[in-house]
Amino acid sequence: MSHFTLPSDPEGRREQLSVLFSDAVPHNLALGLRLVDVGDAHATVVLPYADVLVGNPETGVLAGGAVTTLIDATSGAAVLARIGGFSAVVTLDLRIDYLRPALPRRELTARAECYKLTRMVAFVRALVHQGDPHQPVASAQGTFMRVEE
Amino acid sequence: MSTPTLPLADLVREVRQTREYRRLTDAIPYTRFMGIGVENLAGEMLCRMAYAPRLIGNSLLPALHGGTLGALLESAAIFELLLQAQAERVPKVVSLTVDFLRSGKPQDTFAKALITRQGRRVANVRVEAWQDDRTRPIASAHAIFLLAEP
Repeated sequence: MSHFTLPSDPEGRREQLSVLFSDAVPHNLALGLRLVDVGDAHATVVLPYADVLVGNPETGVLAGGAVTTLIDATSGAAVLARIGGFSAVVTLDLRIDYLRPALPRRELTARAECYKLTRMVAFVRALVHQGDPHQPVASAQGTFMRVEE
Repeated sequence: MSTPTLPLADLVREVRQTREYRRLTDAIPYTRFMGIGVENLAGEMLCRMAYAPRLIGNSLLPALHGGTLGALLESAAIFELLLQAQAERVPKVVSLTVDFLRSGKPQDTFAKALITRQGRRVANVRVEAWQDDRTRPIASAHAIFLLAEP
Protein backbone atom coordinates (compact mmCIF):
# COMPACT_ATOMS: atom_id res chain seq x y z
CA MET A 1 0.00 0.00 0.00
CA SER A 2 1.39 3.36 -0.97
CA HIS A 3 2.12 5.85 1.75
CA PHE A 4 1.98 9.54 1.04
CA THR A 5 1.39 12.82 2.76
CA LEU A 6 -1.38 15.15 1.61
CA PRO A 7 -0.21 18.49 0.17
CA SER A 8 -0.90 21.55 2.28
CA ASP A 9 -2.84 23.58 -0.31
CA PRO A 10 -6.60 22.89 -0.23
CA GLU A 11 -7.00 22.16 -3.96
CA GLY A 12 -4.01 19.78 -3.93
CA ARG A 13 -5.45 17.96 -0.93
CA ARG A 14 -8.84 17.67 -2.59
CA GLU A 15 -7.35 16.40 -5.84
CA GLN A 16 -5.15 13.79 -4.22
CA LEU A 17 -7.83 12.53 -1.84
CA SER A 18 -10.39 12.49 -4.70
CA VAL A 19 -8.37 9.88 -6.55
CA LEU A 20 -8.40 7.59 -3.52
CA PHE A 21 -11.99 8.44 -2.74
CA SER A 22 -13.39 7.39 -6.12
CA ASP A 23 -10.94 5.12 -7.91
CA ALA A 24 -10.22 2.87 -4.93
CA VAL A 25 -13.82 2.76 -3.73
CA PRO A 26 -16.20 1.25 -6.30
CA HIS A 27 -19.33 1.92 -4.23
CA ASN A 28 -18.51 5.64 -3.89
CA LEU A 29 -18.19 5.66 -7.67
CA ALA A 30 -21.46 3.72 -8.10
CA LEU A 31 -23.33 6.38 -6.09
CA GLY A 32 -21.54 9.23 -7.89
CA LEU A 33 -20.12 10.64 -4.64
CA ARG A 34 -18.03 13.75 -5.30
CA LEU A 35 -15.42 15.07 -2.89
CA VAL A 36 -15.82 18.85 -3.20
CA ASP A 37 -13.76 20.20 -0.31
CA VAL A 38 -11.01 18.98 2.04
CA GLY A 39 -9.65 20.98 4.96
CA ASP A 40 -7.24 20.24 7.81
CA ALA A 41 -9.78 18.07 9.59
CA HIS A 42 -12.93 18.21 7.52
CA ALA A 43 -14.31 17.01 4.21
CA THR A 44 -17.39 17.86 2.15
CA VAL A 45 -18.99 15.36 -0.23
CA VAL A 46 -21.99 15.65 -2.57
CA LEU A 47 -24.39 12.79 -3.34
CA PRO A 48 -26.10 13.73 -6.64
CA TYR A 49 -29.77 12.92 -7.03
CA ALA A 50 -30.44 9.77 -9.08
CA ASP A 51 -33.74 7.96 -9.72
CA VAL A 52 -32.17 4.58 -8.85
CA LEU A 53 -31.30 5.79 -5.34
CA VAL A 54 -34.87 6.67 -4.33
CA GLY A 55 -36.10 4.84 -1.23
CA ASN A 56 -39.80 5.59 -1.50
CA PRO A 57 -41.13 5.95 -5.05
CA GLU A 58 -44.12 7.89 -3.74
CA THR A 59 -41.99 10.70 -2.28
CA GLY A 60 -38.91 10.73 -4.58
CA VAL A 61 -36.58 11.14 -1.59
CA LEU A 62 -33.14 9.48 -1.64
CA ALA A 63 -32.95 6.26 0.40
CA GLY A 64 -31.60 6.23 3.95
CA GLY A 65 -29.01 3.65 2.92
CA ALA A 66 -27.52 6.08 0.40
CA VAL A 67 -27.38 8.75 3.13
CA THR A 68 -25.58 6.29 5.44
CA THR A 69 -23.02 5.61 2.72
CA LEU A 70 -22.58 9.35 2.07
CA ILE A 71 -21.94 10.00 5.79
CA ASP A 72 -19.59 7.02 6.20
CA ALA A 73 -17.54 8.06 3.16
CA THR A 74 -17.41 11.75 4.14
CA SER A 75 -16.42 10.89 7.71
CA GLY A 76 -13.64 8.59 6.50
CA ALA A 77 -12.30 11.37 4.26
CA ALA A 78 -12.35 13.80 7.23
CA VAL A 79 -10.26 11.32 9.24
CA LEU A 80 -7.68 11.08 6.44
CA ALA A 81 -7.63 14.88 6.20
CA ARG A 82 -6.91 15.11 9.94
CA ILE A 83 -4.23 12.41 9.72
CA GLY A 84 -2.78 14.38 6.81
CA GLY A 85 -1.98 11.38 4.67
CA PHE A 86 -3.14 7.99 3.70
CA SER A 87 -3.77 5.48 6.45
CA ALA A 88 -6.09 2.50 6.59
CA VAL A 89 -9.10 3.40 8.73
CA VAL A 90 -12.21 1.36 9.46
CA THR A 91 -15.57 2.50 10.79
CA LEU A 92 -16.28 1.25 14.31
CA ASP A 93 -19.73 2.76 14.70
CA LEU A 94 -21.97 5.37 13.20
CA ARG A 95 -25.10 6.99 14.58
CA ILE A 96 -27.36 8.97 12.28
CA ASP A 97 -30.27 11.15 13.41
CA TYR A 98 -32.80 12.27 10.82
CA LEU A 99 -33.75 15.82 11.77
CA ARG A 100 -36.24 16.78 9.07
CA PRO A 101 -37.72 15.23 5.95
CA ALA A 102 -35.40 15.44 2.92
CA LEU A 103 -36.66 17.28 -0.16
CA PRO A 104 -37.52 15.10 -3.15
CA ARG A 105 -35.29 14.94 -6.23
CA ARG A 106 -32.50 17.00 -4.64
CA GLU A 107 -28.82 16.25 -4.08
CA LEU A 108 -27.44 15.88 -0.56
CA THR A 109 -24.25 17.45 0.82
CA ALA A 110 -22.41 16.06 3.83
CA ARG A 111 -19.75 17.91 5.81
CA ALA A 112 -17.79 15.87 8.34
CA GLU A 113 -15.27 17.03 10.90
CA CYS A 114 -12.73 14.84 12.68
CA TYR A 115 -12.67 16.74 15.97
CA LYS A 116 -10.41 14.39 17.90
CA LEU A 117 -7.70 11.99 16.82
CA THR A 118 -5.87 9.68 19.20
CA ARG A 119 -3.20 7.13 18.37
CA MET A 120 -5.88 4.50 17.64
CA VAL A 121 -9.28 6.17 17.36
CA ALA A 122 -10.75 9.08 15.39
CA PHE A 123 -13.96 10.84 16.49
CA VAL A 124 -16.11 12.42 13.79
CA ARG A 125 -19.32 14.39 13.58
CA ALA A 126 -21.18 15.22 10.40
CA LEU A 127 -24.15 17.18 9.12
CA VAL A 128 -26.11 16.57 5.92
CA HIS A 129 -28.04 19.34 4.15
CA GLN A 130 -29.70 20.12 0.84
CA GLY A 131 -28.33 23.57 0.07
CA ASP A 132 -28.66 25.40 3.38
CA PRO A 133 -26.12 24.19 5.96
CA HIS A 134 -28.21 25.80 8.69
CA GLN A 135 -31.16 23.53 7.88
CA PRO A 136 -29.58 20.06 8.18
CA VAL A 137 -31.67 17.00 7.31
CA ALA A 138 -29.42 14.65 9.27
CA SER A 139 -26.67 14.73 11.85
CA ALA A 140 -24.21 11.96 12.60
CA GLN A 141 -21.54 10.90 15.02
CA GLY A 142 -18.99 8.18 14.31
CA THR A 143 -15.82 6.55 15.56
CA PHE A 144 -13.10 5.17 13.33
CA MET A 145 -10.06 3.06 14.08
CA ARG A 146 -6.66 3.28 12.46
CA VAL A 147 -5.48 -0.16 11.46
CA GLU A 148 -1.78 -0.93 11.27
CA GLU A 149 -0.55 -2.05 7.90
CA MET B 1 -38.25 1.83 -15.96
CA SER B 2 -41.74 0.83 -14.85
CA THR B 3 -43.42 2.46 -11.90
CA PRO B 4 -45.57 0.34 -9.60
CA THR B 5 -49.13 0.27 -10.78
CA LEU B 6 -50.41 -0.10 -7.22
CA PRO B 7 -49.91 2.49 -4.50
CA LEU B 8 -47.18 1.21 -2.18
CA ALA B 9 -49.58 0.61 0.73
CA ASP B 10 -51.79 -1.63 -1.44
CA LEU B 11 -48.75 -3.48 -2.77
CA VAL B 12 -47.52 -4.08 0.79
CA ARG B 13 -50.95 -5.44 1.80
CA GLU B 14 -50.95 -7.82 -1.17
CA VAL B 15 -47.38 -9.01 -0.64
CA ARG B 16 -48.15 -9.80 3.01
CA GLN B 17 -50.70 -12.30 1.74
CA THR B 18 -48.93 -13.69 -1.34
CA ARG B 19 -45.33 -13.48 -0.02
CA GLU B 20 -44.20 -12.41 -3.49
CA TYR B 21 -41.55 -10.22 -1.84
CA ARG B 22 -39.81 -9.55 -5.13
CA ARG B 23 -42.75 -7.40 -6.26
CA LEU B 24 -42.16 -5.07 -3.31
CA THR B 25 -38.36 -4.90 -3.44
CA ASP B 26 -38.53 -4.33 -7.21
CA ALA B 27 -40.94 -1.43 -6.66
CA ILE B 28 -38.33 0.39 -4.55
CA PRO B 29 -35.57 1.73 -6.83
CA TYR B 30 -32.84 1.71 -4.17
CA THR B 31 -33.33 -1.90 -2.99
CA ARG B 32 -33.31 -3.00 -6.63
CA PHE B 33 -30.10 -1.03 -7.24
CA MET B 34 -28.46 -2.58 -4.17
CA GLY B 35 -29.61 -6.12 -4.89
CA ILE B 36 -31.46 -6.28 -1.57
CA GLY B 37 -34.25 -8.83 -1.44
CA VAL B 38 -36.56 -10.47 1.08
CA GLU B 39 -36.66 -14.27 1.34
CA ASN B 40 -38.36 -16.93 3.38
CA LEU B 41 -35.71 -19.39 4.51
CA ALA B 42 -36.86 -22.30 6.66
CA GLY B 43 -39.99 -20.38 7.63
CA GLU B 44 -38.06 -17.28 8.64
CA MET B 45 -38.16 -13.95 6.80
CA LEU B 46 -34.63 -12.71 6.04
CA CYS B 47 -33.06 -10.03 3.87
CA ARG B 48 -30.29 -10.84 1.46
CA MET B 49 -27.94 -8.40 -0.28
CA ALA B 50 -26.61 -10.21 -3.35
CA TYR B 51 -22.92 -9.56 -3.89
CA ALA B 52 -21.96 -7.30 -6.80
CA PRO B 53 -18.56 -5.64 -7.43
CA ARG B 54 -20.10 -2.15 -7.17
CA LEU B 55 -20.78 -2.76 -3.43
CA ILE B 56 -17.07 -2.83 -2.63
CA GLY B 57 -15.67 -0.08 -0.39
CA ASN B 58 -12.08 -1.27 -0.15
CA SER B 59 -10.66 -2.75 -3.35
CA LEU B 60 -7.42 -3.88 -1.74
CA LEU B 61 -8.90 -6.24 0.85
CA PRO B 62 -11.50 -6.47 -0.83
CA ALA B 63 -14.34 -5.55 1.56
CA LEU B 64 -17.93 -4.34 1.24
CA HIS B 65 -18.52 -0.60 1.78
CA GLY B 66 -19.70 0.06 5.34
CA GLY B 67 -22.56 2.10 3.92
CA THR B 68 -23.93 -0.94 2.06
CA LEU B 69 -24.12 -2.85 5.36
CA GLY B 70 -25.95 0.11 6.93
CA ALA B 71 -28.33 0.06 3.95
CA LEU B 72 -29.01 -3.68 4.33
CA LEU B 73 -29.63 -3.35 8.10
CA GLU B 74 -32.01 -0.40 7.64
CA SER B 75 -33.86 -2.16 4.79
CA ALA B 76 -34.27 -5.32 6.90
CA ALA B 77 -35.79 -3.24 9.71
CA ILE B 78 -38.21 -1.48 7.34
CA PHE B 79 -39.34 -4.72 5.65
CA GLU B 80 -39.83 -6.38 9.06
CA LEU B 81 -42.12 -3.51 10.11
CA LEU B 82 -44.01 -3.47 6.81
CA LEU B 83 -44.46 -7.20 6.31
CA GLN B 84 -44.52 -8.71 9.80
CA ALA B 85 -45.70 -5.90 12.03
CA GLN B 86 -48.44 -4.64 9.70
CA ALA B 87 -47.12 -1.08 9.58
CA GLU B 88 -49.55 0.84 7.39
CA ARG B 89 -47.16 3.41 5.97
CA VAL B 90 -43.48 3.23 5.13
CA PRO B 91 -41.87 3.74 8.56
CA LYS B 92 -39.71 6.85 8.85
CA VAL B 93 -36.31 6.33 10.38
CA VAL B 94 -35.61 8.74 13.24
CA SER B 95 -32.29 7.37 14.35
CA LEU B 96 -29.99 4.57 13.21
CA THR B 97 -26.88 3.32 15.01
CA VAL B 98 -24.63 0.81 13.28
CA ASP B 99 -21.78 -1.17 14.84
CA PHE B 100 -19.28 -2.53 12.32
CA LEU B 101 -17.96 -5.79 13.75
CA ARG B 102 -16.02 -7.52 10.96
CA SER B 103 -15.16 -6.61 7.40
CA GLY B 104 -17.69 -7.76 4.81
CA LYS B 105 -16.29 -10.26 2.34
CA PRO B 106 -17.23 -10.04 -1.37
CA GLN B 107 -20.18 -12.43 -1.07
CA ASP B 108 -23.90 -12.42 -0.25
CA THR B 109 -24.85 -10.88 3.10
CA PHE B 110 -27.93 -11.73 5.18
CA ALA B 111 -29.83 -9.71 7.77
CA LYS B 112 -32.54 -10.43 10.30
CA ALA B 113 -34.51 -7.75 12.14
CA LEU B 114 -36.16 -8.10 15.53
CA ILE B 115 -38.77 -5.62 16.70
CA THR B 116 -37.92 -4.98 20.33
CA ARG B 117 -40.86 -2.68 20.96
CA GLN B 118 -43.71 -1.50 18.82
CA GLY B 119 -45.98 1.23 20.05
CA ARG B 120 -48.61 3.19 18.21
CA ARG B 121 -46.19 5.86 17.00
CA VAL B 122 -42.70 4.51 17.54
CA ALA B 123 -40.96 1.20 16.94
CA ASN B 124 -37.53 0.10 18.19
CA VAL B 125 -35.78 -2.49 16.03
CA ARG B 126 -32.54 -4.44 16.34
CA VAL B 127 -30.87 -5.97 13.29
CA GLU B 128 -27.89 -8.23 12.69
CA ALA B 129 -26.05 -8.98 9.44
CA TRP B 130 -23.86 -11.99 8.75
CA GLN B 131 -22.27 -13.93 5.89
CA ASP B 132 -21.08 -17.55 6.35
CA ASP B 133 -21.75 -17.91 10.04
CA ARG B 134 -24.80 -16.43 11.71
CA THR B 135 -23.12 -16.61 15.12
CA ARG B 136 -20.38 -14.27 13.85
CA PRO B 137 -22.27 -11.13 12.76
CA ILE B 138 -20.37 -8.63 10.60
CA ALA B 139 -22.57 -5.65 11.56
CA SER B 140 -25.45 -4.87 13.88
CA ALA B 141 -27.78 -1.93 14.29
CA HIS B 142 -30.53 -0.51 16.38
CA ALA B 143 -33.01 1.88 14.89
CA ILE B 144 -35.97 3.97 15.93
CA PHE B 145 -38.84 4.50 13.50
CA LEU B 146 -41.88 6.77 13.45
CA LEU B 147 -44.87 4.74 12.35
CA ALA B 148 -47.38 7.53 11.86
CA GLU B 149 -47.75 11.26 12.09
CA PRO B 150 -48.85 12.33 15.59
